[in-house]
Amino acid sequence: MLKIKDLHAKVEDKEILKGINLELKAGEVHAIMGPNGSGKSTLASVIAGKEEFEITKGGVFFENEDLEDTAPEERAHKGIFLSFQYPVEIPGVSVTNFMKTAINESRKARGMEEMPANEMLKLIREKSEMLDIDRKFLSRSLNEGFSGGEKKRNEIFQMAMLEPKLAILDETDSGLDIDALRIVANGVNKLSSKDNAVLVITHYQRLLEYIVPDFVHVLHDGKIVKSGDKALALELEEKGYDWLKQESAV
Amino acid sequence: MAFENTIDVEHPIHDIRSEAIKNFESKGFPSKKDEAWKYTSLNSLLKVDFSIFPKEENTLEYSQVKKYFLHEIDTYKIVFIDGIYSSYLSETTHDGVDICLMSSALTKPMYQEVMDTYFNKVASKEESLTTLNTAFSREGAYIYIPKSKMPKKPVEIIHFATGNEASLLLQPRNLIVVEENAELQVIERHQSLTQNEVFTNSVTEIFADKNAIVDYYKVQNNNAAASMIDNTYISQKDTSNVSVHTFSFGGKLTRNNLNFYQNGEHINSTMKGVTILGDKQHVDHHTLVHHKQPNCESHQDYKGIYGENSTGVFNGKIIVDKIAQKTNAFQQNNNVLISDKATINTKPQLEIFADDVKCSHGCTIGQLDEDALFYLQTRGIPKKEARALLMYAFANNVLQSVRIPELKKRINKLIAMKLGVRLGFEL
Ligand SMILES: Nc1ncnc2c1ncn2[C@@H]1O[C@H](COP(=O)(O)OP(=O)(O)OP(=O)(O)O)[C@@H](O)[C@H]1O
Ligand SMILES: [Mg+2]
Repeated sequence: MLKIKDLHAKVEDKEILKGINLELKAGEVHAIMGPNGSGKSTLASVIAGKEEFEITKGGVFFENEDLEDTAPEERAHKGIFLSFQYPVEIPGVSVTNFMKTAINESRKARGMEEMPANEMLKLIREKSEMLDIDRKFLSRSLNEGFSGGEKKRNEIFQMAMLEPKLAILDETDSGLDIDALRIVANGVNKLSSKDNAVLVITHYQRLLEYIVPDFVHVLHDGKIVKSGDKALALELEEKGYDWLKQESAV
Repeated sequence: MAFENTIDVEHPIHDIRSEAIKNFESKGFPSKKDEAWKYTSLNSLLKVDFSIFPKEENTLEYSQVKKYFLHEIDTYKIVFIDGIYSSYLSETTHDGVDICLMSSALTKPMYQEVMDTYFNKVASKEESLTTLNTAFSREGAYIYIPKSKMPKKPVEIIHFATGNEASLLLQPRNLIVVEENAELQVIERHQSLTQNEVFTNSVTEIFADKNAIVDYYKVQNNNAAASMIDNTYISQKDTSNVSVHTFSFGGKLTRNNLNFYQNGEHINSTMKGVTILGDKQHVDHHTLVHHKQPNCESHQDYKGIYGENSTGVFNGKIIVDKIAQKTNAFQQNNNVLISDKATINTKPQLEIFADDVKCSHGCTIGQLDEDALFYLQTRGIPKKEARALLMYAFANNVLQSVRIPELKKRINKLIAMKLGVRLGFEL
């Protein structure tokens, strides 16, 4: 589904991604771990199409199509979703209106009619109940004054509404309390099927107990320095990253 | 510019007019040398040879101009065509309240007491364009709401310019008196129907007595050949509540001189504005709030979106007199420049002589937040719509306080149109 080939990306002359190779097949869950500043969020942004980052070599392919000239919204229409590490506050736009706009824009792009209002309300009710989100929340301005955990839960609500093929979760677990973590993980697991893929970026093994990865990759200094199965996450939790940093320096 | 001399000497306000003419002659038109006119030049307007009084009466069919009315709801209407009252398009009343014409108020004895008490009492006798209006104006709206009354519906004051004159100078004069415990809602609009030049120099005086509530909405969406100087003077008494919303979307040059004088305690004054400009349009908002008594509030919130070669000015002056303790004065001016060539000059001017006051002011000038744009795009919202959504949301605060729902919807649509998009919902 997603293929990343020898991806190099820079921002303001600073090279951040230095040759990443990664393939996610439908039905798979991959986790990316790695120290602060190693380039995890940058990778997520590049997949989602942030123009600020310039691809200098290699590329990102989604369903065998080079995404180079594809705008972020078109990537969304193709089924790519990014849950932000730091969701942006948008004062003046309610969660509900935002979701309506997002869903109908995606439908429009796919040549579909707008979703009828009652169907939309039903969908919103269903998904907000699944994620245990209070109705009052939905009429508030998007992310404005939301707590850290509320923002993350709201990201997963959006994901549940949009039902993407590929979900990238950038540190969705940080900021969540233990109950919220379970609820959010449950929401992600409901989405994942043989037709979907999930890329989880996290610092903690704990999330991976709920969303069990098929592969774990370690990103360090813009490169994947080690890949393995879920046991690798446990090993990292125990030993930290130093041993890998040394290995990759050799 | 030349003025025809057709002033009626017998008129009771003859003295006020002669004084105004004298003051205008000594001052002349403001120029860029005047501090208050540093960023707004009238030069190009003053070159035009405007006619002051149209040579003949012009008429319009309602169907031609229906869209400029808030036709979704029932309203009182005071309508002028090229400065002359159109009884055909108007709906006035004397049923418990007076919603009618300045020309009647100026001539009929039954209005004389109110006129003597209020006419030209809060309008400046110094400011040159105001004195010009005082000297030559003969028509406008006259609204008198006696104690504890509230008209059944909002009042629309609309000025149409037919373009039958190559260039026209209009000087409407409005007097609005809202007595104790009374309420009033007014929507004012100026609409030019052709590309012929129109220059409006308008003066409005509003008096809000104790506990009165007045909401005034100015819809400035005129075409590119229309210029406007709006001088609005508001005098408030104890616990009154007056709000003025200014929606500036059109016109060539627009100058809003909005002046609030708080002559009592526990007064609330609200000034809100949304400005969305493109092309070479220019809008200048000059506000003044004079806090003259203790325990009052003023709220100012102006948002501007400037594109292409447009220019904007916001100058917000707040004066707090020494005795005006416990004043709360808020002022906010936020601007987004969506073109490299657009400019905005924003300046708060605080003159605070009391020590126990809460005053806050903030100006921002920025581009749209790129991270917010990207966030919306990743949710499938195309960049153009995402930009519009952000700008729309940006202006939204100002619409929240609009108390006529149909007007709010209209302005919503105007904003969407101005931004060139269709949104799937109303904020
Ligand atoms: N816009 C930018 N301008 C300059 N440097 C940037 C920019 N964005 C990211 N970087 C730098 O790129 C590097 C990688 O950042 P990135 O956010 O991808 O790290 P991360 O792996 O997600 O870290 P964390 O675990 O702390 O979230 C960092 O050194 C960061 O400072
Ligand atoms: Mg990160």
